[in-house]
Amino acid sequence: MTANVLSPTPAVRNRQRPGRQGSDGRTLGKAIVRLVRMIPLVPAIIIMVIFLAGPIVWSFYGSLTNAALTGPNAAHSSFIGLDNYVKLWNDPVFPLSLWLTVVFTLASAVISQNLLGLGIALVVTRANKRLATLVSSFVVAAWILPEIVAAFVCYAYFSKDGTLNQILAGFGMTGPNWLYSFPMLAIILANLWRGTAFSLLVYQAALNDVPPEISEAAMIDGAGGVKRLTYVTIPMIKNTITTNLMLITLQTLSVFTLIYVMTAGGPGNDSTTLPIMAYKEAFRFSNIGYGTAIATVLLLIGAVFSVIYIRAARPEKD
Amino acid sequence: MKKRAAVAVSMIAVGTLLGVTACTSTPADSSEKTIKISYIKTDAFTALDTLFNNVKPVFEKAHPGVTVKLEPIAATDDDYKTKLALSHRSAETAPDVFYEDTSNVRSDADAGYLLALDDYVGKWDDWSQFTDAAKQAGQGDDGKIYSISLGTDTRAIWYNNKVLTKAGVDVPWAPNSWQDILDAAQKIKATQPGVVPFNIYAGTGTGEGSNMQGFYELLYGTDLGKDALYDSGSSKWVVGSKGFVDSLNFLKTLYDQKLALTPAQALDPNIWKEVFGTLFPKAKLGGTIEGSYTPSFWVKGGSFEWADYATDMGATAFPTQNGQAPGGVSMSGGWTLAVGAKSANPQLAFDFMAEALSFKNALEYDNANAQIAVRKDVAADPSYTAANPFVKAVTDMVAFTHFRPATSIYNQISVEVQKASEAVITGKMSPAEAAAAYDKAVTEIAGADKVIKK
Repeated sequence: MTANVLSPTPAVRNRQRPGRQGSDGRTLGKAIVRLVRMIPLVPAIIIMVIFLAGPIVWSFYGSLTNAALTGPNAAHSSFIGLDNYVKLWNDPVFPLSLWLTVVFTLASAVISQNLLGLGIALVVTRANKRLATLVSSFVVAAWILPEIVAAFVCYAYFSKDGTLNQILAGFGMTGPNWLYSFPMLAIILANLWRGTAFSLLVYQAALNDVPPEISEAAMIDGAGGVKRLTYVTIPMIKNTITTNLMLITLQTLSVFTLIYVMTAGGPGNDSTTLPIMAYKEAFRFSNIGYGTAIATVLLLIGAVFSVIYIRAARPEKD
Repeated sequence: MKKRAAVAVSMIAVGTLLGVTACTSTPADSSEKTIKISYIKTDAFTALDTLFNNVKPVFEKAHPGVTVKLEPIAATDDDYKTKLALSHRSAETAPDVFYEDTSNVRSDADAGYLLALDDYVGKWDDWSQFTDAAKQAGQGDDGKIYSISLGTDTRAIWYNNKVLTKAGVDVPWAPNSWQDILDAAQKIKATQPGVVPFNIYAGTGTGEGSNMQGFYELLYGTDLGKDALYDSGSSKWVVGSKGFVDSLNFLKTLYDQKLALTPAQALDPNIWKEVFGTLFPKAKLGGTIEGSYTPSFWVKGGSFEWADYATDMGATAFPTQNGQAPGGVSMSGGWTLAVGAKSANPQLAFDFMAEALSFKNALEYDNANAQIAVRKDVAADPSYTAANPFVKAVTDMVAFTHFRPATSIYNQISVEVQKASEAVITGKMSPAEAAAAYDKAVTEIAGADKVIKK
């Protein structure tokens, strides 16, 4: 086997953390030096506190009130503790919405965008230059479009008399009203179309960093295409995969415009993901406090995903 | 990783700084006084924009140093209301004068967005011209006047003479009960495939419109009549009523038997444009419930000009469930003008509003927008009654019309009604289940002591 050549890749070996020694010899001087070294970070920390932590705390506080957009609670909102969360727990739409959010994120991002992005990147790095440019420009075009434009394009494509059904009609088939009969499929495909470019670009950059010598060495050792992919390429871009997964998961969890334009969460609540549910409750039904509680839950879900990915991205010990 | 984080942080920092400078670079209005007017202007609704653009130069000439800033918002009614409510949360963004739906007056007054106008109307000569019903439409829960009516409306069945005649239904049509409507719809279905026999709006897509031009005509025509939604005697919301289930059942029949639009069409917020612009003019729709303002879309200069509407269309009252008294059902709403509670120049704002509501301007607006006049002098004007052939018919429906119980929680209840009708037409719930879900939601919103079982 070629395993002893392949398994601990140089990239992983280089990731060992330097400077762990001397924890027992800590002195006051060293502590001061450490503090001084922190000073350049202060502006960044202040900005993070004001613009990132601030809104989060504010949103959490808002979710504990009965603030409304109209009516008496708009003038004087009061603190109601965890009532919004209790209400959310008992809301029949919430489990549905949570499930749809998970399905949407897994199907359109974690699986489709990620695999398709990686696949196209692998093909593109091997294909001839002209074809590669053509393919990636096509994919990236969807990503360059502003979200609202992309959303209208998808609406026009999937709507009852839209492009897709006209193409089907050309083959003598009558397409269903996709946005009404298969709302989740439509928005998953739309998000796949729009988001794949991101993964493609990330993976293209990572694949270009994989030294060709290692692949070649593996090839000389007799590893075929699939083996080289699973034993060489993927381990070497593992951190990129994790980072990419984290970024697209967080992006997809918060997709709003695309879904709102295409289906507005309907029919009924059949495509109401959590961002849509939060928007509807806060702005359509005027329950700002309740909507904020949903947003806070969404924030927590995003945080959980981030923690999982960050843990996975930690360099492993040899 | 650390480097990446640092880059990310600095990018966020730059982004926020850019954002901050972008915000502060808007010039602040200084010495000159400005009053800001917010209202809806869409391709289908331009009458108010025309009115304000006529008033603006007159008003600015009469008040030197005052600039009137018109801020038309192109949005659906619901989006407009949301935007308006958000803008009221800060004095910086709140408009001085704005277009306000009668159904929002009470809740927005409770929210502290509206200025009480009692002192201003007291000194306004024209106030005596307004009908009592119009005055009440602008009242808050505390009895003060918060807004002034621009015009009101009624709801009627609008039907296509060609489609009905072809189906063998006599015109002018005057259905006496829900069954008469189903019978006529079945005849249309049998004779004219591809034609939508009879539409009743439903669901959340058309928002409040699906109640006003749909479910309420059914509900208020059941045995509980005017107290079918809100019991005026006890001031409580009605739950568990047979009429509610019956109304949902009627919708179910209409949609299940494919006599109405498809549920997918009904849930499209822009479906009404298709109804006015395509279905009726092309004789693809037998009838629907719509507002008295309907002809305004078809008249010369309207959004969907249609020369033959006067002869091709008819209007009749929506019947009660079994033809019981008073024989017809109609709903009235209408929009008003109001002054923002945070306005820095309330007197100027009121003066602008008074100018916009003057005899001459109100007459022009009511005629252009096919509104039912709320000023007695306008209603008596010959040009008002001659504006279109249906004015008399729809004005007569004032006799049995209903107003929404526009209490401060009304809009939340309205949404629950829309959800119930949507669940039924999409087949998600049976009428009984949808009614039970409605009862539960209403009890939660209003409180158990504010509902009454009937």
